[in-house]
Amino acid sequence: MGQYQWNWGIILEEVYGTGEYYYQWLITGLGWTVATALSAWVIALILGSLIGTVRTMPNKWLAGLATAYVELFRNIPLIVQLFLWFFVLPEVLPEQMGTWMKQDMPMPEFITAVIGLGLFTSARVAEQVRTGIMALPRGQRYAGQALGFTLGQTYRYVLLPMAFRIVIPPLTSEFMNVFKNSAVALAIGVTELTFQMRQITGEYAPGNPIEVMTMVSVIYLIMAFSVNRLMAFIERRTQVPGYISGGSK
Amino acid sequence: MISIKNVSKWYGNFQVLTDCTTEVKKGEVVVVCGPSGSGKSTLIKTVNALEPFQKGDIVVDGISIADPKTNLPKLRSRVGMVFQHFELFPHLTITDNLAIAQQKVLGRSRDEARAKGAKLLERVGLSAHAAKFPGQLSGGQQQRVAIARALAMDPIVMLFDEPTSALDPEMVNEVLDVMVQLAHEGMTMMCVTHEMGFARKVANRVIFMDKGKIEEDCSKEDFFGSPRGERAQLFLSKILQH
Repeated sequence: MGQYQWNWGIILEEVYGTGEYYYQWLITGLGWTVATALSAWVIALILGSLIGTVRTMPNKWLAGLATAYVELFRNIPLIVQLFLWFFVLPEVLPEQMGTWMKQDMPMPEFITAVIGLGLFTSARVAEQVRTGIMALPRGQRYAGQALGFTLGQTYRYVLLPMAFRIVIPPLTSEFMNVFKNSAVALAIGVTELTFQMRQITGEYAPGNPIEVMTMVSVIYLIMAFSVNRLMAFIERRTQVPGYISGGSK
Repeated sequence: MISIKNVSKWYGNFQVLTDCTTEVKKGEVVVVCGPSGSGKSTLIKTVNALEPFQKGDIVVDGISIADPKTNLPKLRSRVGMVFQHFELFPHLTITDNLAIAQQKVLGRSRDEARAKGAKLLERVGLSAHAAKFPGQLSGGQQQRVAIARALAMDPIVMLFDEPTSALDPEMVNEVLDVMVQLAHEGMTMMCVTHEMGFARKVANRVIFMDKGKIEEDCSKEDFFGSPRGERAQLFLSKILQH
């Protein structure tokens, strides 16, 4: 074994014979990672809030359906879910739709990754939103209803505003997770950051994996940390004066 | 105004209310008392359908609660309720706590709702706190806001569910004062409370509950003079000891 040849400047070098530079590849990858993660988060937040809320509703049938949804999407590994959406779904759909998915759907890898990651994450968001609602005193629901609010209004004006504030810390983790989990999208061919990392270290610059992997790790770290700071800002802005929870400092 | 007819309620196999029948007439103040677990809080929550019941009926201002066609939110908007733990909305200022249901339920304009809220806040002596959040007020102050919030809906009757039992002793009177004033103004009131001084001062009738049953339902003079039942006597002797 020879000595490891450190070369931190590799990222600025041209990819041999392509006219492109390694840093451009990483930036492209970063773009897909951000696009996948943010799109999936929009789905996760909207669907998760809805499903989590429905799980706390008095209607047993609806609540049961929402529970089934959560269990379905959180009990199967994320990568398996992506494979199911990408490879299996087109085969079990009616032929025309399956063919459309395989041949005509725009950006099939990206769209599948966004939906798969979004639904997987929505099940986890749903549990957090449910936790927030259930952490509120039962009297809050009574008070909303006693004033004449309908069930929907009671959620909209009384329960959800406090429930969301309560679950900002776990939602922060989930928002960070969606960025990190988006790396799984490489398995169905999304050319996101980890995909680019593997391509560079595997084929094009096999001599310098440590540098490339370190840089990619730092990029992920910066992304997750930015999300963390954004959420901390939201947490401060939405803090309720005088509201002290049991565990606060 | 309120007519409770043979109401029974079960949690699973456990019966919490047994054949409860009573009435609250317009302008009347009725105090409901009884030992812990006697079903008094459950009974008062059935009056505005916060707690469902399996048997009997309750008619509020001519409207049956057991009738599945009844628009319960609309009915509740006409029945004021004050809770043991205040239940102000912690994320809203006092002003918004008073205004939100007026706007969203009664359809009043923002200005109208705020003006009405300000008037009621003044009435309970808390105008200076309008911009604060509930968590910044004392328990007694929060409960007075809660009463003002209920009054802002122009209720035809007010329900009180142990409004002073979560308060520090020095704050009980400021809340009772507001309630006494309301009673003197002719508000129809049903109050679950152990404040026998309040009952003596303003109640027309006293209901004593035990084990989910209405054991006594009589004028306050009869109740404090000579309650018929043994359990009511025992209860009174316990809470009036000191």
